Amino acid sequence: MKEILNSINKVFDHRIRLAIMSALMVNEFMDFSSLKELLGVTDGNLASHIKALESELFIEVEKQFIDKKPNTRYRVTKEGQVAFHKHIDALEKLINSK
Amino acid sequence: MNKEKYLEDLGEIRKIMGESTQFLSLSGISGVLVGIFALLGSAQVYYLIENHVGNYITLESTTFRYIVITAGVVLFLSVVTAFLFTYLKARKSSQQLWNAASKKLIINFLIPLLTGGCFSILLINQQVYGLIGSVTLIFYGLACINASKYTLRDIRYLGLIQVVLGLLSMAVPGYSLYFWALGFGVFHIIYGFIMYFKYDKK
Repeated sequence: MKEILNSINKVFDHRIRLAIMSALMVNEFMDFSSLKELLGVTDGNLASHIKALESELFIEVEKQFIDKKPNTRYRVTKEGQVAFHKHIDALEKLINSK
Repeated sequence: MNKEKYLEDLGEIRKIMGESTQFLSLSGISGVLVGIFALLGSAQVYYLIENHVGNYITLESTTFRYIVITAGVVLFLSVVTAFLFTYLKARKSSQQLWNAASKKLIINFLIPLLTGGCFSILLINQQVYGLIGSVTLIFYGLACINASKYTLRDIRYLGLIQVVLGLLSMAVPGYSLYFWALGFGVFHIIYGFIMYFKYDKK
């Protein structure tokens, strides 16, 4: 039991971060406004959670210009994928354990 | 431990994964209407061909010009209808019309569709008219199959049916207008009704 709890990733233990990771796992990349629209959160809120995931190196930022407008998009890193899978496995084990 | 919370987490993960990759606001009624337009268009083309004077329909003939105009009108009405009803449905269910999922849906739908369109134009250039019906059915079917990853899966079966009809139409030459009416007309109407009763009518 304790072992499983250790693999629950504290970084993911927050609904919005979990949602950001979920969206990025199934999309090659997503930009800030699409994420914001999908999750229905404020700019500041989303930015702070993105920063948290970024500092863990679970997601990476790509800045570019589309029609001279800055566009920031995010993609999940290899580390992020591994960590997310581990987290889901742990969640499943916890739910299945009596 | 807090099992409830973890279950909710998993539910949330599934929901976000679905919402960010699937556009669910395609309207069933627009499918029915598009099918009706296709049937009316086919009837008009049938009438034009029956009333054509002369043995062959050439590119310069008025009959050919009317057929092209009919096809253009059907295409235009279909696109406008599909767009309008999808817009209304998206607004009703407060899903954004232009989001990451719908962009993917449209791009993946258009890749096979435009390929088929170009292929048909090239066939006309090569004066191979007999294959146009099959080619439009097959490529439209592939477009539906390709788009099905980004919306409700039902459209996959519509696509498979169109591909089969396209191949049959090539195997049984001379009946391509009937296969076309069956695929674009009848099966669109059936598909539209199924979608309407399964998802819209709530």
